[in-house]
Amino acid sequence: MYTDKVMEHFMHPRNVGTIPDADGVGEVGNPVCGDMMTFYIKVKDGRLEDVKFQTFGCGAAIAVSSLVSEMAKGKTLDEAMKITNQQVAEELGGLPPHKMHCSNLGADALHKAIENYLEKQNRQRPEGGGEEKKSQDKEAHFHCPFCDYTLPENAQLCGHCQIRLIRCEHCGEYNREKDETCRHCGAGLV
Amino acid sequence: MNGFYADKQAAAAVRPEVLEAMLPFFTENFGNPQSLHSVGQKAARALQTAREQLARLLNCQPEEIIFVSSGSEANNLAVKGLALANQARGKQIVVSAIEHVSVLKAARFLEKLGFKTVQVPVDSYGLVDVGKVAEAITPDTVLVSVMMANNEVGTIEPVAEIASLCRSKGILFHSDAVAVVGNIQVDVRAIGLDALSLAADQFGGPKGAAALFLKKGTKITPLIDGGVQESNRRAGTENVPAIVGLGRAAELAMMEMDKKGQRLARLRDRLISGVLTRLDEVILTGHPERRLPHHASFCVKFVEGEAMLLGLDLEGIQVASGSACTSKSLRTSHVLTAMGLDPAVAQGSLVLTLLDGTREEQVDYFLEKFPPVVRRLREMSPLYTRFLEEKKDVHR
Ligand code: FES
Repeated sequence: MYTDKVMEHFMHPRNVGTIPDADGVGEVGNPVCGDMMTFYIKVKDGRLEDVKFQTFGCGAAIAVSSLVSEMAKGKTLDEAMKITNQQVAEELGGLPPHKMHCSNLGADALHKAIENYLEKQNRQRPEGGGEEKKSQDKEAHFHCPFCDYTLPENAQLCGHCQIRLIRCEHCGEYNREKDETCRHCGAGLV
Repeated sequence: MNGFYADKQAAAAVRPEVLEAMLPFFTENFGNPQSLHSVGQKAARALQTAREQLARLLNCQPEEIIFVSSGSEANNLAVKGLALANQARGKQIVVSAIEHVSVLKAARFLEKLGFKTVQVPVDSYGLVDVGKVAEAITPDTVLVSVMMANNEVGTIEPVAEIASLCRSKGILFHSDAVAVVGNIQVDVRAIGLDALSLAADQFGGPKGAAALFLKKGTKITPLIDGGVQESNRRAGTENVPAIVGLGRAAELAMMEMDKKGQRLARLRDRLISGVLTRLDEVILTGHPERRLPHHASFCVKFVEGEAMLLGLDLEGIQVASGSACTSKSLRTSHVLTAMGLDPAVAQGSLVLTLLDGTREEQVDYFLEKFPPVVRRLREMSPLYTRFLEEKKDVHR
């Protein structure tokens, strides 16, 4: 089910742990399956001197956080903010469709840690930040939240399991029409 | 030592004796049981033998067996077929909250046709309370369906009590016994069932052969219309080799079940107590005593099931999990939720089902390999770090 690269990171994750005197901490919970990721960063001269993470989640979630930590280390804050979920998934040689949401967690948690640092510094967040990038990744692929069938951009019905779908206005992900809140970002659905 | 496969419920090898019985029916005895010529009649006789073998295991009449293709089909046939054929009696169905999805979704299908379903809750052991079933029953109830044992947590349900309750009220009672038949004694007469589902792959038989026991005289609407196979209750050419395998597996189970069950129960208990003594913050899911002899299930706090499953697989140990991440629908197991488990705890679900041939040294191998897998994942887990900090705070 997973590529060798995913398994390798799962078995030997880099940068696991906490940084007690971290400059920034970012925590994201996964509303889809209820998992959690925390990133800790140390910043020196505008660069990520150290990155550590902890993850409560599946094999993909662990591999994703490990890879994100590795990619981020040594980068400037701007560069690190540009790491996208899509890149992470690609670096890992791909993830199964129903595991794509795990890759969202990794970069989000890192970005949150950087934002936390910037807030503490009371500075603006750098240009070209995570939000824009995020909307770019989203164009890639959509999957039915129930059967993982690949969906076109504007599906109202899953062609496979026939569930009526609605897209979240906030994050763009598909949900079931009767859902009240988005199972990806938790925003209210109309 | 060649690893430890503890996912019997998902799949197990067909027993050699069973395979041997099946093989001729792929080749020289290829006949169609519905053909009147001698080649067909040979297959028809084999089908009849299998029906008799299974009937002996269940203590029923051979005519009370309907062969189908899977446990899910048996459940669908029971729930839909009984409700539809008997709807003059009422349009309400009572099921437990921890039924297999093939029962729950069949009930949901019936709701679209104007039936109503009531789900009876379970306690924290996954036990169905007979009193709650009684409360759920109304004059409109046509069918009650409660499984004989739950596949995810191993709890054995009080089906005999539920059966007698239903009988006293003239309501049909079906039990999904897929996880049970062939593993422990099931006497459909003594229990007083109207219908029961079972599958061959749970007791040494092949995939693709399963059956519904249906008490004589009970009306049922077929799901598959067509020919006269299975006395007009399930059309389609019979899967003769697989059914022959089912029959042979039933015969073997009948002879060996008790001894095997006792042996497996000992290994199961060794496994359960071994896990609980070696690891903190682990709970046994399901009932401590009323459970299937080959079934052990846990929730390991602060770690996620799929990660444990992968970690164990690397050690040559294969298990299952009911965590949300393991399921492709990414939803927490409805069974663990119904038992009132916190969703984060349910994420640490692990299910072991022992093969007949499981050896003690394999259990010990698991007990040696499992704690490091958990420890490694806990060291990575933000929830565990938080737990340790809170514990420190309390002690301060
Ligand atoms: S973290 Fe739950 S599926 Fe990956």
